[in-house]
Amino acid sequence: MRYVDLHAHMVSRTTDDYVQMALTGCVAVTEPAFWAGWDRSSADGFEDYFRHLTDFEPKRAAQYGIRHFAWLCLNPKEGEDRQLAREVLSRIPRYLQSPTVLGIGEIGLNRVTRNEIATFRDHVDLALEHDQLIHIHTPHLEDKYKGTRTIVDILTEYDRIDPSRVMIDHAEEHTLPIILENGFWTGLTLYPQTKVSPERAIDMFERWGTERICVASACDWGPSLPDAVPHFALAMRRRGHAADVIDRIVYHNPIAFLGQSPKFSVEPAPRDAASAAAVPRAEADAKSSAGVAA
Amino acid sequence: MQPGAIPSPKTGRELVDEYFIENRTRLLEIAAFLDRLDRTDPSLVDRDFRVRAFREALRLLDADRSGSGEPQTRVERIQHLLSDPTTEPLEKLDMKSARGAYDRWQLGVA
Repeated sequence: MRYVDLHAHMVSRTTDDYVQMALTGCVAVTEPAFWAGWDRSSADGFEDYFRHLTDFEPKRAAQYGIRHFAWLCLNPKEGEDRQLAREVLSRIPRYLQSPTVLGIGEIGLNRVTRNEIATFRDHVDLALEHDQLIHIHTPHLEDKYKGTRTIVDILTEYDRIDPSRVMIDHAEEHTLPIILENGFWTGLTLYPQTKVSPERAIDMFERWGTERICVASACDWGPSLPDAVPHFALAMRRRGHAADVIDRIVYHNPIAFLGQSPKFSVEPAPRDAASAAAVPRAEADAKSSAGVAA
Repeated sequence: MQPGAIPSPKTGRELVDEYFIENRTRLLEIAAFLDRLDRTDPSLVDRDFRVRAFREALRLLDADRSGSGEPQTRVERIQHLLSDPTTEPLEKLDMKSARGAYDRWQLGVA
């Protein structure tokens, strides 16, 4: 099989995970900027993270024949701090020039506060200003319905937003219809406890079809599986679904969404070329050491 | 059925043949969880909104949808039971992570 994992936080994963993904047919991953599990102390911390996403990870992935792309933002879990958000957002535009940055994400909401909403709107404005694709995180658990509803209401206020260029991720049974009915793409994240199991994801495809729906692992520093997408494919086969349907969901659908960026490709990158045009750090001593343990 | 929906390739009987055992296991896990709570503190259902929500959700599991005119599936009804139904944003961040259920009974956590 072959697949694209549209949502994987590879900075939190080991090289062995890249190996496992390559062995199971992964040809490309896209990595949204997210919360580290703790709050970063400054905009400089975010800038180091953006360098990690645009320089180190593409090279690490390329060693296993996997293309790596990124989305940049200040994530919703840290969106309450408006001053920090404004400072981080001011630094994002120059990273948008990187050949592996596809857009702004994963923006969105966490607890649906007024400040989170203001930070979300700032990110949407930034994406529109720079004609970027948008990747959106919806809150988890009891906050998902309210957060998704709020996000969709905000986005539909914008005349300039083309919903086919927006992915509203982490959908579940009660939020998927709201997203699809408004023309957006959506994602089902195959996360063992707090998101969607392969079996429930299959149920949603059986009910809603395959158009504008992707699956992804959302693997990160929590309990999660870097090979969740092939596990989903296995569950699809067990359920009796045809190979072409599985291929449409795990390969063609993410390519259809991501391919709206001219930067996206599933062709293997040369191992040493992935960062050739990455945005350089101002300091002269910023040499990457991909593949070399500290 | 929605336009574009994919019919299940398996018949009802085949779904039971394939998935009964693993779902039987899940059923027993839930029963054992409730028994465990009963052994330690049977009053939790009146003092902890998460336990109350869990018990309410179990009632929805057994509700027959066919012929009732109910448009939502069991999983959708449980998702909504567990969800925050309000629409107003919070004035400021109260906590970083969600708890899994909305305290519609104002019980708090035991």
